[in-house]
Amino acid sequence: MGEAIVITSGKGGVGKTTTSANIGTSLALMDKKVCLIDTDIGLRNLDVIMGLENRIIYDIVDVIHGRCKLQQALIKDKRFDYLSLLPAAQTSDKSSVTTDGMKEIVTELKQEYDYIVIDCPAGIEQGFQNAIAGADRAIVVTTPENSSVRDADRIIGLLEKTDMDEPPRLVINRIRNHMMKNGDMLDVDDIVQLLAIDLIGIVADDEEMIKASNKGEPIALNPNFKASISYRNIARRILGETVPLQSLEDEKGFMQKVKEFFKI
Amino acid sequence: MQETKPTITIKGTRDGLIIFIDENSSFEEIIKDLIKKLDASSPNKEEPVVSVKVKLGNRYLSEEQRSQLKEIIEEKNRFQIEAMESDVIPISDAKTWLDQSQLKVVNQIVRSGQVLETKGDLLLIGDVNPGGRVRASGNIYIMGNLLGIAHAGTEGDYEAFIAASYMKPAQLRIAEYISRAPDYEADGVYMECGIIDPVQNKIVIDSIKILSKQRKVISAFERRMNNG
Repeated sequence: MGEAIVITSGKGGVGKTTTSANIGTSLALMDKKVCLIDTDIGLRNLDVIMGLENRIIYDIVDVIHGRCKLQQALIKDKRFDYLSLLPAAQTSDKSSVTTDGMKEIVTELKQEYDYIVIDCPAGIEQGFQNAIAGADRAIVVTTPENSSVRDADRIIGLLEKTDMDEPPRLVINRIRNHMMKNGDMLDVDDIVQLLAIDLIGIVADDEEMIKASNKGEPIALNPNFKASISYRNIARRILGETVPLQSLEDEKGFMQKVKEFFKI
Repeated sequence: MQETKPTITIKGTRDGLIIFIDENSSFEEIIKDLIKKLDASSPNKEEPVVSVKVKLGNRYLSEEQRSQLKEIIEEKNRFQIEAMESDVIPISDAKTWLDQSQLKVVNQIVRSGQVLETKGDLLLIGDVNPGGRVRASGNIYIMGNLLGIAHAGTEGDYEAFIAASYMKPAQLRIAEYISRAPDYEADGVYMECGIIDPVQNKIVIDSIKILSKQRKVISAFERRMNNG
């Protein structure tokens, strides 16, 4: 029996979809059977980031309305045998999915997969309610900005009222180390203290992430990037491992270290 | 026949008159006797106004009966009713009193978009995050960070106050007074309280030490008993 994790944030544009894609990919890298569900009906993106857009035939609305079987709508990833995507519909809106329909789909997927990663749409309306309906636990994504933290706080409040077994866990995304150091961005500790939930990972802002998303190759596939390691660490923490938080410091080159040593 | 206690007893004190009304007679009887007693003394226009306290004993009067009594007493003489004291109150009133005088202890984080509302005093063990709101008809004590909005004395209690371990609130409200955070970036304060300053006629934030001087009776129940 698998576990369903919803990735949510409240605010739009903080990196829910990217986080979903990369956590899913990282879990798949660890030989877990993973199914991604895009619940952002009308504004689907997860398929683009996964590079699977051209394979879509049926979508989640088709499944709920009985126009196809669940297995027919699932898209197998091109890189992993046990990574699938259930895409959102692009032509309907959020009201064409019901919480009961969602629960049914998730329950069915849990029979076959170890982890169901649900990508939640922005907002707190029907789309959000649908996304969290079948989830066993939640990961809240925020960026180190006041507005984003405020929305995350609101979302955590809503999640605490549901009957999920565990309190939600936090991912802080798009961290720019130099800004945080200068105090221009909210500090990781401040955010964690305010939101008062466990931190499951921090991800640095990386231009490579945009490149990877545009190529349809989740950055977690390429271990040369810091962000990739961050996502893999999150996946390991989901599996219950204890992994220390990554240092935000940039790796220094040899010459720079020598220079620093001589205080030049 | 047994000698009965007089229904109406009037006593003069330094502060004015006290009218004791026997609790065992019917209301009609009282009215009759009262009129008789008051008629006996002829009112004099020159006399100064005398303040009168009415002691009802174990008798409960409805609003209507109270105003009837007041009318009779104040009608002819130069009397001014200062208070009507009864030793009893109806259960429903007592329940509201109890409700409003209890200290509710709540252990949670009030997050953005959440409203925590209580009757009586509120002791919150946890933070009020930005965008969160706490409301209480009495005082608010927060063991945590107050970063959102706190509204004490929601039913018009000007004596109510808001105390917090750390406060950097968006707004403080007491009864219908509202104060908001300054527009410049300011640090929060530790162990302080918001209280209405009658001189400046606004909410001020000060060290919680001032409470021992300015709000001697902190317990909501005693406050209620004294103020009625």
